[in-house]
Amino acid sequence: MRRVRQSAWLLLALVALGSLGARLWAPADYATQFREAPNSAPSYQHLLGTDELGRDRFSRVLYGTRISLLMAPAAALLSTLLATLVGGIAGYLGGWWERTAMAATDLFLSMPWLFLLLAVRAMLPLNVSPITSIAVTFLLLGLLGWAASARVLCAGARGLRDSDFVLQGRASGLRGFRLLAIHVMPNLKPVLLAQFWISIPVFIISEANLGILGLGVSEPLPSWGSLLRELESFTSFGFEAWKLVPLALLVLVVSSFQIILSVDEVHA
Amino acid sequence: MQKIVQHLAAMAAVVLVGGLLSATLVRLAPGFGADEQQLDPRLSSESVEALRQARTRDSDIPRFYLHYLGRALRGDLGESRTLNRPVRQLLAERLPVTARLVGAGLLVGWLCAVLLAVGATMARKPACDLLATLVAGLFLSVPAAVLALLFVFANAPAYLAIALVVFPKVFSYTRNLLAKNYGSPHLVTAYAKGVGPLQILVWHVLPVAGTQLLAVAGISVSIALGAAIPVEALCGIAGIGQLAWQAALGRDLPLLVNLTVLVTVITLTANWGSSFAGHGLKAREA
Amino acid sequence: MRRRSLSMLLFLCLSLSAAFGQSGAELRFYLHSDPKTFDPLLVADDASETIRYLTGGVLVRVNRRTQQAEPELATSWTISRDGRSITFDLREHIYYSDGTPFTAEDVAATIERLMDPALHLPTADSFRSGSGVVHTHVDSPVRITITFPAPVAGMDKLFDQVAIVSSRSANKERAVLGPFYVADYKPDSYVLLKRNPNYWRRDAAGRQLPYLDAVRLGIQANRDIEMMNFRRGEIDLINWLDSEYYDRLAAQSPALAHDAGPGLDSEQVWFNQVANAPIPAYKRAWFRSTTFRGAVSEAINRADLGRVVYRGHAQPAAGPVSPANKFWFNAKLHAPSYDPTGALRLLQQDGFRLEGASLRDREGHAVEFSIITNAGNKARERMATMIQQDLGKIGITVHVVTLDFASLIERITESYNYEGALLGTANTDLDPNAQMNLWLSSAENHQWNPRQKVPETAWEAEIDRLMKEQASSLELAKRKACFDRVQEIVVEQQPFIYLVNKNALSAVATWVDNASPVVLRPQTYWNIQTLNVRVQTASKH
Repeated sequence: MRRVRQSAWLLLALVALGSLGARLWAPADYATQFREAPNSAPSYQHLLGTDELGRDRFSRVLYGTRISLLMAPAAALLSTLLATLVGGIAGYLGGWWERTAMAATDLFLSMPWLFLLLAVRAMLPLNVSPITSIAVTFLLLGLLGWAASARVLCAGARGLRDSDFVLQGRASGLRGFRLLAIHVMPNLKPVLLAQFWISIPVFIISEANLGILGLGVSEPLPSWGSLLRELESFTSFGFEAWKLVPLALLVLVVSSFQIILSVDEVHA
Repeated sequence: MQKIVQHLAAMAAVVLVGGLLSATLVRLAPGFGADEQQLDPRLSSESVEALRQARTRDSDIPRFYLHYLGRALRGDLGESRTLNRPVRQLLAERLPVTARLVGAGLLVGWLCAVLLAVGATMARKPACDLLATLVAGLFLSVPAAVLALLFVFANAPAYLAIALVVFPKVFSYTRNLLAKNYGSPHLVTAYAKGVGPLQILVWHVLPVAGTQLLAVAGISVSIALGAAIPVEALCGIAGIGQLAWQAALGRDLPLLVNLTVLVTVITLTANWGSSFAGHGLKAREA
Repeated sequence: MRRRSLSMLLFLCLSLSAAFGQSGAELRFYLHSDPKTFDPLLVADDASETIRYLTGGVLVRVNRRTQQAEPELATSWTISRDGRSITFDLREHIYYSDGTPFTAEDVAATIERLMDPALHLPTADSFRSGSGVVHTHVDSPVRITITFPAPVAGMDKLFDQVAIVSSRSANKERAVLGPFYVADYKPDSYVLLKRNPNYWRRDAAGRQLPYLDAVRLGIQANRDIEMMNFRRGEIDLINWLDSEYYDRLAAQSPALAHDAGPGLDSEQVWFNQVANAPIPAYKRAWFRSTTFRGAVSEAINRADLGRVVYRGHAQPAAGPVSPANKFWFNAKLHAPSYDPTGALRLLQQDGFRLEGASLRDREGHAVEFSIITNAGNKARERMATMIQQDLGKIGITVHVVTLDFASLIERITESYNYEGALLGTANTDLDPNAQMNLWLSSAENHQWNPRQKVPETAWEAEIDRLMKEQASSLELAKRKACFDRVQEIVVEQQPFIYLVNKNALSAVATWVDNASPVVLRPQTYWNIQTLNVRVQTASKH
């Protein structure tokens, strides 16, 4: 397992290096349109072919990795923290607090947040810089993505509230936030890690879908989400393996996160 | 009995607030009152103005909502602006379709997730865990739209797309919860005493993780409902998900309010049901 | 023994019929949404329009191939000298699908209902050249005169959109005069049209039309699935095909893909010139400058747009009218050539200067603006990205913002909170009168600066004058001259920067006989009466 974890770290490091050094490794700028060769297959000039506007796909994967690799985990962290705060505290306190928090959480899960996102877009200037647009997008995703795991965390915290070690902690004089932080939260780690791990690819894909609202990464900036959207047409156009590279990369990166963050087990 | 009544009352309150919030969100979002027909160059200014008036007649949200509640109590859920049909009829036609889709998807998704999670955890081999992680990671990374189209292309049932959306999320929670519990001291004792792996799973691991797994069960309904939107919209399945998408694009206020109320009721029922079950499990343990 | 033989025979028959895929000649294709109405007078969406075309009987039909008006339920018609009245002589012994006889009373009732001011219908507005009441006079059961309050230019062709509804049938709008009637409708699933047994038209050999027994219109919004099902043989035609799909289909099965040449539709960019729009004054000044707009137009590589985005299935647009509109297109106009150097020269005349890689105006503001377009329309998203690149070469920074359609409509029609927009025009009508509400400065759809109380520029005032003049004239040559001049002004002033005219692409299965796709809508089934489907196996293309 240790070897696997090391390989995961190595992969993440390579991907991070590759994306940070995109200016060095990329054969072309992500926005340059080779209009004489749109939708071309892989070649010496274009390792992963070109997209529908003749942009080098390999370059776009490298540059797109920067955005997705940085922003998606940040947004995932935000949603995990919010879930912890809401769910963890509600479950720990119990009673009226828990009931109210969970009712609010369920309400949150049911709302058509699409309209809030539309309203946010309307409030932003149309000429918002790409960085601002990306930051706002992932911030929104982080702020809206906590509700599901808050429920699970609440259930966990509720279960731990009356456990022996927590009672013992209370008996030793620990109270309130200290008891929660030291004894309860660490035992909720499996759910927190699951939430974090799930959120990364979900947010990457959601970012691409938010393009329909005018949010997300705007042209010509690439992101994994926008690259993954190319796959939607392959049922009509047949299998082009090179278009699967962003997907493969995402799977490897996401799996690497999972491996690195996974709970240590006692192996027989 | 009193508790049940209290919970139902709380549920009703949440649903009412949800409906009002949803109506407010739709009203405040840009594009409310906009109609594609306005761009028809044949239409005169008077006609365009008339269209605008018709679309914005429900701008006063409190009045609209009170009106809606009054009618809803009589069984009239209003009429869809985009489809020109009674909402009640639309829901009656489409709810069973989505129920079947989501139900089957949840069943298959949970089955795959639990089997994989249990297998990976019980096998206690890094290679198995890695493989399970890769499989789950793959389906987590493929957009629901692509999954849906894949299954349409393969003439496979659409509920498999929902299952594959639900499965990696449920797997992730389940695997982590099981893995944590397998490391517990009391299990080491059980192993040492020669208790079999299946017995350990059923009597010592699942009950401990049960409360949280039940919570996961509750939220997986929301996950499945969320996945139903792109799956139905792309596969042309006439369910609630497709209706929700059409209503959102068309800013169909009556339809959206009803759909929010419906989703809120389903979400509350699923989550509160799992909470009750969790409480029951805890009481049994005690 | 006998029972077993009969069972086997039955099984064999069923197998054979299944192998043949469908019984009877039934044409199958998709609508992309549920029809909102089956009432032909209330049609305002594409799906309902399709139903109207296939079921409605009209007095005059515009032949989609020749683009000329032809007699249909009317055998002939005369337009009065003042252009306000039209008298129709109707066919005799015509019956609705339910057997109700067709008479001039039905035409009168239809017109009265159509022109009801409370209904606000696009078809009706096409006739409203002036305020006042429309009068109908039934001269005889086969003769009717309709009088409008003001002259209506191109009046006869407008009746192509008016399906005559029975005034007496108990079935109301379900009783039709067209080749098919609505037999069944399952929401979100299909509309089944069946052959009208009372359809009046016959072929040259005297055989009653239509040849088809039925038309099954499935409801499918997803174009990928539509394409997939066409290739599987589950549908027989795709009325409008994306250029990507067209190329793939043509590469595999050339006989199935049809390119009828440049269509009537256009794609264009325009800038927000509304006086009280919430945009900075210096930007408004740019957008209101003819030189600026002309420079932007010259800096856009239209040939590349047609070649890359539409894969060669689009032509650079010369102006507001496509060459597919044979009569009204101004043949003197040519698409602006791509000349970024020339564009920079023009901008320099207006006081712009290039500082490094950034273009700045007189006051030093960097030239930067956004272009909004509707999300989900891949062609527009790609065109916007290519325009971003083209304008980047002359130092202009463009932000491409894709919005959902409702938000976009709100910005361009109500809040005017946008800078540039990229949209298209779907032209269904050949006559420029159909675009009055686009060109008149006081109109709602005068998109770059709608609802002007008085024209804010001399050229808009001139366009107003010319459009009104052609609308009130009955002489075709005069109307043509007026509208030619309108097109010239539009090309000079570039309020719309026309980009491309897309080709009319479609797909038709080889077992569909007599199909002859054209550029006018509906491209593939315009001659539905004479289409036929040979019984086929449900095989893949």
